[in-house]
Amino acid sequence: MSRTFVGWPAFPQAAAVATRDAQLRANVARATGTIRAKRAKLVAERPDWEELRDSAAALKDDVLTHLDTYLLQVEEKVTAAGGTVHWARDAAEANRIVTDLVRATGEREIVKVKSMLTEEIGLDNALAAAGIDARETDLAAAIVQLGDDLPSHVVVPALHRNRAEIRDIFVREMGRHGRPAPEGLSDDPPQLAEAARLHMREKFLKAKVAVSGANFLVAETGTAVVVESEGNGRMCLTLADTLITLVGLEKVVPTWRDLEVFLQLLARNATGERMAPYTTTWTGTTPGDGPQTFHLVLVDNGRTRALADEVGRQALRCIRCGACMNICPVYERTGGQSYGSVYPGPIGAILNPLLKGLDDPQTASLPYASSLCGACNDVCPVRIRFTDVLLELRHQVAEGDAKVKHPGEKAALRAVGAVMEHPAAWNAAIRAAGKAGPLIPKKKLPKPLSGWTDSRIVPGIPKESFRAWWERTDGGTE
Amino acid sequence: MRTALFVTCLNDGLFPRSGQATVKLLRRLGVEVEFPPAQSCCGQMHWNTGYRAETARLAAHFVKVFGEYDAVVVPSASCGGMPGEAYERAAETVGDAGLARAVRELAPRVHELTGFLTDVLDVEDVGAYFPHRVTYHPTCHSLRAAPVGARPYRLLRAVAGIEFIELPAQEECCGFGGTFSVKNPAVSGAMNADKARHVLETGASVLAAVDNSCLMNIGGRLAKDGHTVRTMHLAEILARTRADGPVLDLPHSTRELTR
Repeated sequence: MSRTFVGWPAFPQAAAVATRDAQLRANVARATGTIRAKRAKLVAERPDWEELRDSAAALKDDVLTHLDTYLLQVEEKVTAAGGTVHWARDAAEANRIVTDLVRATGEREIVKVKSMLTEEIGLDNALAAAGIDARETDLAAAIVQLGDDLPSHVVVPALHRNRAEIRDIFVREMGRHGRPAPEGLSDDPPQLAEAARLHMREKFLKAKVAVSGANFLVAETGTAVVVESEGNGRMCLTLADTLITLVGLEKVVPTWRDLEVFLQLLARNATGERMAPYTTTWTGTTPGDGPQTFHLVLVDNGRTRALADEVGRQALRCIRCGACMNICPVYERTGGQSYGSVYPGPIGAILNPLLKGLDDPQTASLPYASSLCGACNDVCPVRIRFTDVLLELRHQVAEGDAKVKHPGEKAALRAVGAVMEHPAAWNAAIRAAGKAGPLIPKKKLPKPLSGWTDSRIVPGIPKESFRAWWERTDGGTE
Repeated sequence: MRTALFVTCLNDGLFPRSGQATVKLLRRLGVEVEFPPAQSCCGQMHWNTGYRAETARLAAHFVKVFGEYDAVVVPSASCGGMPGEAYERAAETVGDAGLARAVRELAPRVHELTGFLTDVLDVEDVGAYFPHRVTYHPTCHSLRAAPVGARPYRLLRAVAGIEFIELPAQEECCGFGGTFSVKNPAVSGAMNADKARHVLETGASVLAAVDNSCLMNIGGRLAKDGHTVRTMHLAEILARTRADGPVLDLPHSTRELTR
């Protein structure tokens, strides 16, 4: 069994540890800085960028509004094209369906195309429990799997690792799972890529079963689409006899013309490329060409819960480009694992609570894992207003039906609010603050404010407030 | 035009000089502001932490205090943004349609200071004199939530004697974020450390912004580390004239010395 995020600490505790890790901070800052610069350059090439974003957001909203219709259309088209469609309410059901399908083939080692959904539901561990070894073939996903690590980014899951660390993982682990790393492997990127290529190729050629996700499902033809950079996806999607594809309910686009909008946005925004190197599409099965058995598993796992949230449902527009985490100043300093989920960064801070509910302390800490700076809003290709959703989720904790509550904070803010509403009380409070100023410790505030003085001093409170000055000088005229 | 000053609770209690500078500056430009003493807080801390019922009460208070004015000037982009960004939603949450209507009507008359100067008064050169080396941090609210765009830069560049230095990585958040700074002190502190480092890289003796909350954050870090860079609300720079002379304990800008 590989590691999971189960039992992960709440964001402030996890982040406190991560921010002290200088190597992690340097790795993440270097990687996100590089992707940010590439993205900015390529986005600037497109004079119609803002219109593309408008179209993408509108298309996704249309899909979410008519999801029932589009999903039934997908089922009809995929079935007509020779595929089998399965519906899974949650992670357990999805894992059971896939495990049974693989078991029926008799295969014990299968290959995987990187898929956020299978990471979300913990498919690799579920298969391992059934004695099936599912090997990741995306380079970064393989680094995470070989190192028994956890992902930290939706596009670049090993973004927190530098090349020296990757070399060590390859040398140590490759031989335990197939072809060992070549003798004398250095941390030179081409050498690392070649080592991975040789290790993977053996698996591609041997595997009879492949598991993938999909970036999009085109409803009008029942076509699944995978967008990737390395060609490992193309190998899995074409060489296996049996292909099992798991897709979240929200991944539908109505037509091929709509798909065009997203293909123009995705690679530019995700990796700073004009187009992804590999875009693979398939529709059911084709005799004599590619996998002869195709299963499509449509997974809910909290998506209908998110859909019911009027403000939060916009998070289901997400196409997993990762731009929100690349631009996020919080993510840059904590790395992705601090969010305790395969979905980190701003999208993780909203999507996890929407999918799971705000009923455990870890998930309920995520809407607060943001300074509300809004940089993510500006780079989102589907115009998710992250700050609106974060505020809505905080409201659900503060005043809504979330199980996690902060009664002390609520009482304190109510008390402050009551004073602020009453002019005489507020006037007295401001005057008292000026008098109390010298008594307030500048270097060490008590809890729950002590975090402020960990890295800052408290400003001095002037003896004379603005209102006292105004009154004394008649508005500065005396 | 009856114009009110909403000084903000933070400026009232902790940064009265910014409020005084705003009054002085506006008076020089021919605008006599009133200070309704019943004013208190915009409710931003409540809103950003999720407390909408409390925000609605403070919104109602804001309407009661400022509803009759033709213009309300606010020396803060984040507090000044509250009526337009939050009040209607807060009113809807508590089901107060009358309040929602009232804030919708009032919000367009609430102006962040630099927007009031450039758009309502139509001035860029406010007659200020500030012969010191200054850098400027565009706060997230003034940059993205209620964007003031190039206005603060235009106002700063028109100041006589000023030596203006661009802040590296200026668009990145300083890490304040209201209650974020106490709920997530480690990340907030890490973000702030980088911001403070960038400020020091400019060699400026003054860091300016349109929000004292962010300046309190960055300034608190600079002071803790023993640096002498001063944080000043933009209004305090714009309010000074040749008659005031240079700020005595600040180094002169090199531009002024070579003149």
